[in-house]
Amino acid sequence: MNRESFAFIAGLVKSRSGLVLTAEQGYMLETRLGPLLKREGLPSLDALAARLKDPRAATLAEAVTEALTTNESSFFRDGRPFEHLRRALPALASARAPGLPLRIWSAACSTGQEAYSIAMILSELAPAMGGRRAEILGTDIAQEVLARAREGSFTQFEVQRGLPARLLVQHFRQEEGRWRVAPELRALTRFERWNLLSDLRPLGRFDVIFCRNVLIYFDAPTKTRVLEALAAQLAPDGVLYLGGAETVLGLTARLVPVAGERGVYEKASAAAMAG
Amino acid sequence: MSLAGAAPATCLVVDDSRVVRKAARRIVERFGFTVREAEDGAQALAACREALPDAVLLDWNMPVMDGITFLRAARAEFGPDRPVVVLCTTEAALDRIIEALEAGAQEYIMKPFDEAILQDKFAQAGLLPGTTT
Repeated sequence: MNRESFAFIAGLVKSRSGLVLTAEQGYMLETRLGPLLKREGLPSLDALAARLKDPRAATLAEAVTEALTTNESSFFRDGRPFEHLRRALPALASARAPGLPLRIWSAACSTGQEAYSIAMILSELAPAMGGRRAEILGTDIAQEVLARAREGSFTQFEVQRGLPARLLVQHFRQEEGRWRVAPELRALTRFERWNLLSDLRPLGRFDVIFCRNVLIYFDAPTKTRVLEALAAQLAPDGVLYLGGAETVLGLTARLVPVAGERGVYEKASAAAMAG
Repeated sequence: MSLAGAAPATCLVVDDSRVVRKAARRIVERFGFTVREAEDGAQALAACREALPDAVLLDWNMPVMDGITFLRAARAEFGPDRPVVVLCTTEAALDRIIEALEAGAQEYIMKPFDEAILQDKFAQAGLLPGTTT
């Protein structure tokens, strides 16, 4: 692939998703876009770049963006945020007016493992939540993963990543060689296509936001923009979870780390009141 | 739950396939365990009586004595917590997993497995610190 083709594809993907591709990630284009080239009958990435320059190639541009932004996922990924969530949910539930559901957002939800992990915790905590309803919204920019998330149907390999056997037998049903999340858990979740770079206000206010391992793909100005948009959707006493390699430091003053926790953030004003 | 600080943790790999035992052994040794092998449930029970391991990675279908029979015998003889038993079998039906958990298994792996799955399951069984991936 020549430098111009790479720059063109990288520019296109950045404008559509915020994902920053560096020159060292050329290999990633080869592996991730291989199947798409084959499907489109294109001989090379250069040919793909040429095709993408046609303004009518919006669907293809969409497919390229999806292929490059889809990431492997596992249940209860990195454990720690979920342990924190277990402690945080009962307090959030008791702080809300009667009848108001807790709203939890799994941003960049991919195939739904994070959203369903949260649903399992909600189910476990139901007795401690005084009948408080909760809803989980999963969003992603890739239609293909959203369709899979809605199905809640996982392979044998997928249900063995991060998911204890006890929870597998409790919350999943076996369907034609796959494992499907039980209807009670699926009923807690909703999956919708949303781009993190677009206006987030229509999504409403959230008590908990998971946005993990997404910012790492953005440049600094985009990180700042997304973090501030997330902060604007977060309830004053809400919690934001970021990935282990991500931070708000030097990017925004509207969010601060929760003392003694890693990857857990709250609104700066909430910290000032608590302090 | 943590085994840190003590002597190297021990794991008994029980499978009638030599190939599977070798593959599992290599992975479990990379986790820092000292590994012994057994070809069936009866051999595994004898090995446990000789020296109780911290963990048993246990196949289900084996000649002489199958895995679930070993598991019930081990729980009756050594109690509910030790050794930690992780089934590792081609049996992949929901009721089989429930049967093993009710018989006292801590975790359950459906073959085929790889290092990532073994690591996750050992972590969930409290045999390894949690993964950060």
